[in-house]
Amino acid sequence: MTKRKKLMQGNEACVSGALYAGLNFFAGYPITPSTEIAETLAKRLPAIGGNFIQMEDEISSIAACIGASLAGAKAMTATSGPGFSLMQENIGYAIMTEIPCVVVNVQRLGPSTGGPTAPAQGDVMQARWGTHGDHEMVVLTPAGVEEVFTLTVEAFNISEALRTPVILLMDEVIAHMREGASVPERGELLVVARKEPKEPPAEYLPFKPQEDLVPVPAALGTGYRYHVTGLYHDETGFPTGNPEKIDGLIRRLKHKIILNKDKFSFFEEHLTDDAELVLISYGASARAARAAVNQARAEGIKAGLLRLITLWPFPSTAISRICANASAVITAEMNLGQIYAEVCRVLDSTQRSLSVTHVDGTLIQPQKIFAAIKEAAK
Amino acid sequence: MFKREIRLSGSGGQGIILAAVILADAAVQAGFFAVQTQSYGPEARGGASKAEVILSDQPIDYPKVSSPDIFLALSAEAYAKYCHDLKHNGIIVLEESLSTPDCSAGATRFPVLATARKTGKEITANMVLLGILSFLLKNFLPKVRLEEAINERVPAGTAEVNLLAFNYGYALSHELKMQ
Repeated sequence: MTKRKKLMQGNEACVSGALYAGLNFFAGYPITPSTEIAETLAKRLPAIGGNFIQMEDEISSIAACIGASLAGAKAMTATSGPGFSLMQENIGYAIMTEIPCVVVNVQRLGPSTGGPTAPAQGDVMQARWGTHGDHEMVVLTPAGVEEVFTLTVEAFNISEALRTPVILLMDEVIAHMREGASVPERGELLVVARKEPKEPPAEYLPFKPQEDLVPVPAALGTGYRYHVTGLYHDETGFPTGNPEKIDGLIRRLKHKIILNKDKFSFFEEHLTDDAELVLISYGASARAARAAVNQARAEGIKAGLLRLITLWPFPSTAISRICANASAVITAEMNLGQIYAEVCRVLDSTQRSLSVTHVDGTLIQPQKIFAAIKEAAK
Repeated sequence: MFKREIRLSGSGGQGIILAAVILADAAVQAGFFAVQTQSYGPEARGGASKAEVILSDQPIDYPKVSSPDIFLALSAEAYAKYCHDLKHNGIIVLEESLSTPDCSAGATRFPVLATARKTGKEITANMVLLGILSFLLKNFLPKVRLEEAINERVPAGTAEVNLLAFNYGYALSHELKMQ
């Protein structure tokens, strides 16, 4: 017998996934459409001995998470566009200091205050390039409530394994909608624990990379003392002016993610095997795209869907392989073509690449995508 | 394939979303695929609000209702805003006291608010709507699943009055021979 599903909201699934992954610290400043994450954690975290803090703003929220994580906690914050903008500097700090944390951005219509309850996917590039300087980002985007749970667990696992902040990029529809979801039992999903240093404090170098290019900074308070700074630094953690060491650090921070990216390059294919038209979509838009693809098939048009789950690092290899035989590729998203431009960079320059955009504050409709499929199939 | 699209609408604060959540919960417990979504403005009270539920025996791709089989409206503003894409021969249930334009010709006028007031609490109007929906869906969705979901989801200490309103809604639908 299959396990009985439970009706769950996307934001609630994020909370349950985070707790499953071992979350024990949350600091945040509630904002629609992410509010239920803070609301639910305010009840559930203290009950299991964790800490919930409502901070004065989003800058301090992520700062508190970074501090807690440095002391060994599994930390998360949740926000929406306006708050995500404020968090950008400290996201860069977490990248530079290699402190794991999960940042949930439930996208709403922007720019600025925009539409608090209106769905959008306008923060795709902000998630990638919001903070300054050369860096890689890991960004995951779910398209259903059950997937919110599993991807939240993944976000923690990647963050812990690579010691880098991970963005869970949701949208208003996925965050607020409720659907049946089965909750994994303990042990069903992998939960990555943070590595601890093996050598004694006297021989310890906090930022010395291991084979996977990831160092093992100890939790503060465990007897290991070291310097943590957003300045470029050497393996001791102290600032350095040595060009070779600076170059090595900036490149390693990028390469540790690129080296490991195949472990978390997630995507889903639907009817792509013989597809002449390949749709590329993600998040709530992909639900509309899937409906449109099914409608096209019913009318004899060979369409398929490639649903991106990992947005960054961009799944270039998968896209060029899956789209290789397509006569046209259509990217459907709730922004003005942020992923479309990336898709164009990946495709053969002779291939037709089309864009379906949607920014009216409603969920993109299957009919709109279907119309683009029909047009492309002519 | 079995699929029903249901839209509930009213003013912000009338408990429209809670009613939809309870319906979706009951449907999931009855073994259906169900998706519940909502649309509302930035205000906490007032403004038109809608909540939608799709029930199906197959996985549901698009989570929003495209053309409702059943549309219920508690306010004229919500009716006007959300009535545009009704399914041909769909069921429309309108609060009796509303003055609405001609397009509501095929609608059933139902004294939702007056029925709720019989419990002593007009705020239970959302449960009256659920009672109506329970009657309309009685061949697919056992009433008891809805009663269980109400018990589970309404604020502590209010199950009794909410179930009373739910049963009033169900009984009156029966009397009116709604279909």
